[in-house]
Amino acid sequence: MRPDDPDILWLEEPKLTLAERLYLPAIIEGLSVTGRVALQKKITRQYPDEPYRPEDPIKYRGVHRLNRDEQGRVKCVACFLCATACPAHCIDIVAAEAPWPDREKYPEHFVIDELRCIYCGMCEEACPVDAIELTSFYDLTGWTREEMIFDKEKLLSVYDQTAQQEPLRTAGFRLAQTPPDEAEEH
Amino acid sequence: MTVVWIVLKILVVTAFIQLAVAYLILLERKIAAYIQQRIGPNRAGWHGILQPIADGVKFLLKEDFVPESANKFLHALAPAIAMVTAVMAFAVVPFGPTDPSDPDAPQFVIAPGIDVGLLYIFSVSSLAVYAVILGGWASNNKYSFLGGLRSAAQVISYEIPLGLAVLGVILLARSLNLEQIVAAQADRVWFVFYQPLGFLIFLAAAFAETNRAPFDLPECEQELVGGYHTEYSGMKFALFFLGEYTHIITVSYLTAILFFGGWDLPFIVSADDRGFLAGLLKVLVLLVKAFCMIVFMMWVRWTLPRFRFDQLMRLAWKALIPLALLNLVLTAVLVHVARSFGLVDQFRVAVAYLWVIGAIVLVIAVGWLINASRRSAYGT
Repeated sequence: MRPDDPDILWLEEPKLTLAERLYLPAIIEGLSVTGRVALQKKITRQYPDEPYRPEDPIKYRGVHRLNRDEQGRVKCVACFLCATACPAHCIDIVAAEAPWPDREKYPEHFVIDELRCIYCGMCEEACPVDAIELTSFYDLTGWTREEMIFDKEKLLSVYDQTAQQEPLRTAGFRLAQTPPDEAEEH
Repeated sequence: MTVVWIVLKILVVTAFIQLAVAYLILLERKIAAYIQQRIGPNRAGWHGILQPIADGVKFLLKEDFVPESANKFLHALAPAIAMVTAVMAFAVVPFGPTDPSDPDAPQFVIAPGIDVGLLYIFSVSSLAVYAVILGGWASNNKYSFLGGLRSAAQVISYEIPLGLAVLGVILLARSLNLEQIVAAQADRVWFVFYQPLGFLIFLAAAFAETNRAPFDLPECEQELVGGYHTEYSGMKFALFFLGEYTHIITVSYLTAILFFGGWDLPFIVSADDRGFLAGLLKVLVLLVKAFCMIVFMMWVRWTLPRFRFDQLMRLAWKALIPLALLNLVLTAVLVHVARSFGLVDQFRVAVAYLWVIGAIVLVIAVGWLINASRRSAYGT
């Protein structure tokens, strides 16, 4: 392409005015901005002292829980959909024949490695019986890696602790928003 | 007895500077936090008041790592030079009232009556650039070396406008002695009103000399990792820091002394007030003035973005030096005219007035010149 090609658009550096070149007006303006901001309210949250609670716990994706049904049994039917959907491969399920007549299988072991989990919530979406859910509990700590591998009992205990303040996320939504016949049409 | 006094003064002043520097770092962090709407350090003690001590302990206990390929001797020497030159420069800075004519009166300066005081400060404090260059070179790290080189170029460039800007004050005070310069302003008008242009040039050059933003190119983190002190850790790094902040204290005291009348404050304390309490008040007034300057420097640091290196050089050579030269020539002519007509005091107000007008005209003229040279440079 030649320099005098009509398609080339030659741009000129914008000329600065005298005030701009003196820097001083801009400096004074900048100082007044920072001076004003310095006197404004601080946005720091002193975290351990002022704990953060998610504004909408239903939407937050924190530690998992395994939901119980009305009889206090684990809801999970060991279908492996969550383990299949999991991009981090952090769910490990060992299925066994269910001792109850209303389903074929139940999880004998249900283990989630909370350190491997990326908290994407795809297990929650995949679950057909709303057995696995994410809670708003996020400040999870432990001294060892082994502590952070949650087994079935631990996950059920998370449900016991959070069931009061956090109702089932998906079940209520489905029942209220989408009647069964309408859902079939889609 | 005098020797004891001097040793005592040295001990008190150096100890005070170390402590002051530690707390200036806390102040800097607090100002940075406030400007960014944060709280800043507040865990160690009440509002972080013990943070400097925690920092100091951390520095002392940290591993002092020396790179294998570094020049061990120079690597250790550089921080020592940084600290020594910074503290030495403070020797002639009066931190309170001094009376050169009365040797028995308390002299609030380590070395009283040094006639080349200002010259001494500039010569000693510019030695600090050796610390930066040696530190950068001895580390055997290209980023450190680049930081050192930048510092050398920057200090050489900005030393010129700094010295030229101060010459105007020297012409008015007729002395290089800092105590005399304060005395020349006491109960009259501060030199900042006679030398508004000189003050601005001095301010810009002082920021560059102390390696402060917006001229902190020798240590710009975004380009040079950490600049000349990349390869330093532990107490050696702390010494560089101490030297740098001591420089800031010296420059702030100098600004207060050269342009803001030193310990003089109208309606509060004047040269006629003598005695111990008045002396203490004067020390306090000077301290407050220097402190305001320090806060201003930190405020500027967290406000302005860093200059590019070519902009830095252009500012020094194409704007500050010509302006400083004009300032010097005009001051010399005006002072000479005033003195040859015997109008030493009555003329001062007129000079001040002329200065404001002259400064505006000069700035416009030079701005136009720069604009013209730029237009020719872009070929339009």
